[in-house]
Amino acid sequence: MRITCPICGERDRREFHYQGAAVALDRPAPDAGAESWDDYLHNRENPAGPTRELWHHEAGCGAWLVVTRDTVTHEMQGSELASALQEADS
Amino acid sequence: MIELTARSPFNGTLPLSVGALNLSQVDAGQMTALSPRKGQGKALASAFKQAHGIAWPGPGRISGREGCRALWFGHSHVLLMGPVPDATLCQHAAMVDQSDAWGVVRIEGAGVRDALARLTPLDLRETQFKRGHTARSEIADMPASVTRIGAQSYQVMVFRAMAGTLVEEIEVAMRGVAARAGGCDHAIGNHD
Repeated sequence: MRITCPICGERDRREFHYQGAAVALDRPAPDAGAESWDDYLHNRENPAGPTRELWHHEAGCGAWLVVTRDTVTHEMQGSELASALQEADS
Repeated sequence: MIELTARSPFNGTLPLSVGALNLSQVDAGQMTALSPRKGQGKALASAFKQAHGIAWPGPGRISGREGCRALWFGHSHVLLMGPVPDATLCQHAAMVDQSDAWGVVRIEGAGVRDALARLTPLDLRETQFKRGHTARSEIADMPASVTRIGAQSYQVMVFRAMAGTLVEEIEVAMRGVAARAGGCDHAIGNHD
């Protein structure tokens, strides 16, 4: 499996650490209520198809990436820097 | 006052030659990691060039020369090797002394790429990893910095605590390449 890092280019999967679904970028407000926080912390989709997830380029440049991966085919459909997405949102 | 003697990370195991390949220690001198403060990337790049006379390297690139070299060292991260960093750069950058934190080696000789290819998932082909290119990746499962210094010459860095393992792993790879090239069993463990 190869993952394209926006900084380093296409690299071997072994350089990356998988963190999970990219929900960590959508942290609810402190007063959002128990249900939102329960969703944020514990409840995950288990989709068959394109999924957005967080990967850390641990043994490479050290950047956090949002990678879109098809869970059925394992096709890597794109990747972006998590920091760039956060800055675009704020 | 206690007199402390600086010890090499490689503790007398280098240099080492196997077949056509040589592995030697690099005394990089002062090593400082620089990271731009938020929004200071451009200001830092120009202040860095003014202070040290070498370009701030972009991703995957190096600048300067032996004795005063800057290595791209990761996301928002450059390693200055050689000079003491100009103190005024701290207006734009976080600076961390890393001089004792890394073991630095040079591996060179005909077939050097074949030896490294046994240890790293990097694409080292001529068209992909040219002289002056650098990457953060793995060497034998250890986090590493790999830089192409010349046509047949690479610099490899790992955390100091892994320096012994690095020498062992590279030696085994060098022996494998030498054996493929026509055998040289007599060279095994030849520390000269």
